[in-house]
Amino acid sequence: MTTSTVTAPPSDAAPRKDAVPDPARARLRRRLIRWGFVAPAVLFMLLFFGYPLVRNVVMSFQHYTPKTFFTGEAPFNGADNWSSVLQDALFGKALWHTLVFTAGSLLGQFCIGLALAVFFNRRFPLNGVLRSLILLPWLVPMVVSGIVWRRILDQDTGVLNTFLDTLGLGGHTPWLTSPGMALLSVILVNIWIGIPFNMVILYGGLQEIPKELYEAASLDGASAWRAFRSVTLPMLKPVITVVLVLGFMSTVKILDLILALTDGGPADATQTLGTLTYQNSFVELDFGAGAVVGNVLILISAVFAVFYLRANRTEGK
Amino acid sequence: MAAHAPTAPRRRWGSTVAGLLVLAVMLFPLYWMLNTALQPDSGLLQVDPVPPGLDLSGFTKALTDQGGNLLTSLLVSAGAVVICLAIAAPAAYGLARFGLRGSRTIVFGTLITQMVPGIVVANALYTSYVDLGLVNSYAGLMLADASLGIPFSIVLMRSFMVSIPGEVIEAAEIDGAGPVRVFLRVVLPMSRNALITSGLFAFLFAWSDFMFALTLNTTDDVKPVTLGIYQYIGAHVGDWGSVMAAAVLSAVPAAILLVLAQKYIAAGITGGSVK
Repeated sequence: MTTSTVTAPPSDAAPRKDAVPDPARARLRRRLIRWGFVAPAVLFMLLFFGYPLVRNVVMSFQHYTPKTFFTGEAPFNGADNWSSVLQDALFGKALWHTLVFTAGSLLGQFCIGLALAVFFNRRFPLNGVLRSLILLPWLVPMVVSGIVWRRILDQDTGVLNTFLDTLGLGGHTPWLTSPGMALLSVILVNIWIGIPFNMVILYGGLQEIPKELYEAASLDGASAWRAFRSVTLPMLKPVITVVLVLGFMSTVKILDLILALTDGGPADATQTLGTLTYQNSFVELDFGAGAVVGNVLILISAVFAVFYLRANRTEGK
Repeated sequence: MAAHAPTAPRRRWGSTVAGLLVLAVMLFPLYWMLNTALQPDSGLLQVDPVPPGLDLSGFTKALTDQGGNLLTSLLVSAGAVVICLAIAAPAAYGLARFGLRGSRTIVFGTLITQMVPGIVVANALYTSYVDLGLVNSYAGLMLADASLGIPFSIVLMRSFMVSIPGEVIEAAEIDGAGPVRVFLRVVLPMSRNALITSGLFAFLFAWSDFMFALTLNTTDDVKPVTLGIYQYIGAHVGDWGSVMAAAVLSAVPAAILLVLAQKYIAAGITGGSVK
């Protein structure tokens, strides 16, 4: 491969000096072309992911005001942003809500998603059609789902309370309007959104498990539950890790859904790190304070990523 | 097996019924969205379980109010898809085949970008967009929305292109084709499915985007339908019929794609995440 250019010049091209291929130059040219394939993507990702990471760290030490965008002045103010954000009770609340929201959502999505994956792993008529239709909630824009649920969960005229009322189960629950209920309601809606994604990936994992393993288990007289525990779960472990990691990454930074359902309210009961970043930066126009919360969010993701990579490595050995 | 044969069909249809029930619960909110949209007069009152008639006035109003925003969404999403594929496809090929030094680092970096929260990106991007004059611009939003699909597409297409047999590419090279020609004439046609899946997801990501639309726009110049609906509930609290009609319209692309491109969607969810 590398010698082809060296042996290439036929005799009639030889007299023209510039046509004599310089191997070093040809190699350089080839390398440049090859890098040309990859460079735009690298540049794009540096601009849209790398640069914001660095910029947020810098911004968290700068004093932004609404005037900044006219004057262009954002003087450095030491650790002022950090101390004022971290001392604010709202930050602690938002951090706690984020953790509860993430844990609750993942638990619900995963358990129901796994149950449905196991269910659809059996053969029955219309299986494929039903399985693909269940994806629909996941494909609808999240902010739109949030708005639909806002109507369903309305305390006085929402269909959920009407339904519960008909069953004689109360039916006056202030799902989104009481500080005690709102976070739970938001979690339940997010579970609904995440079930299809969990189901599809876990279903894919189940399909990869060789059927012989189950036959062997049933020959050994293992019950269905036993087979699930000693065949399905261990074989599914890599896929489970992927589902949970991806779920964590997308849940911890939640913003759309909460803005659509509650706008972070009532009384900040559903304020998370994502909504707090948004509020600091784009409502209060204090981009320095927003950057602080954003950095904490990145830090949480990074710690999680490190644990994940470590778990992956030890498993690979 | 034979002993079980008589009971098996009945048990199978039992599963179908159970599956239908699950589906009904999962799709109920979407049914309710459509149902509310067809009862524009109910306003803030309770909504009947089924629409009493076919009242499309909610849709007419939603189209009048949100039609332009739907077009904006379409335009921005299409632009994002073009940018995404133009950047991701060559990169996926380069990372799959060229054995460049640093390839592994780049692939790793691509995976890591998925953990950068969008709001953090928006936070920094906004200040730069102000300096560059990209706030309230189509180009600015297309680029930001493309960032939602690029890492996913690189990962998906790369894992596909790795599996293209080396002999096919070498044969083209022996015929005298340079890397660019090999890519355009051989690799891209062979990667058709991966390209479609990537483009489809890039479209869905951009279409669903709310956060960049919310943060990178300060005027009504570039307003996708997700942002339009969000502001709609603020302004039309009593008019749930129109809001839901707009919601239905915004969900239509997802529904169409699910019907037309089912296999690509399933492939994308598993391929893009597991690899």
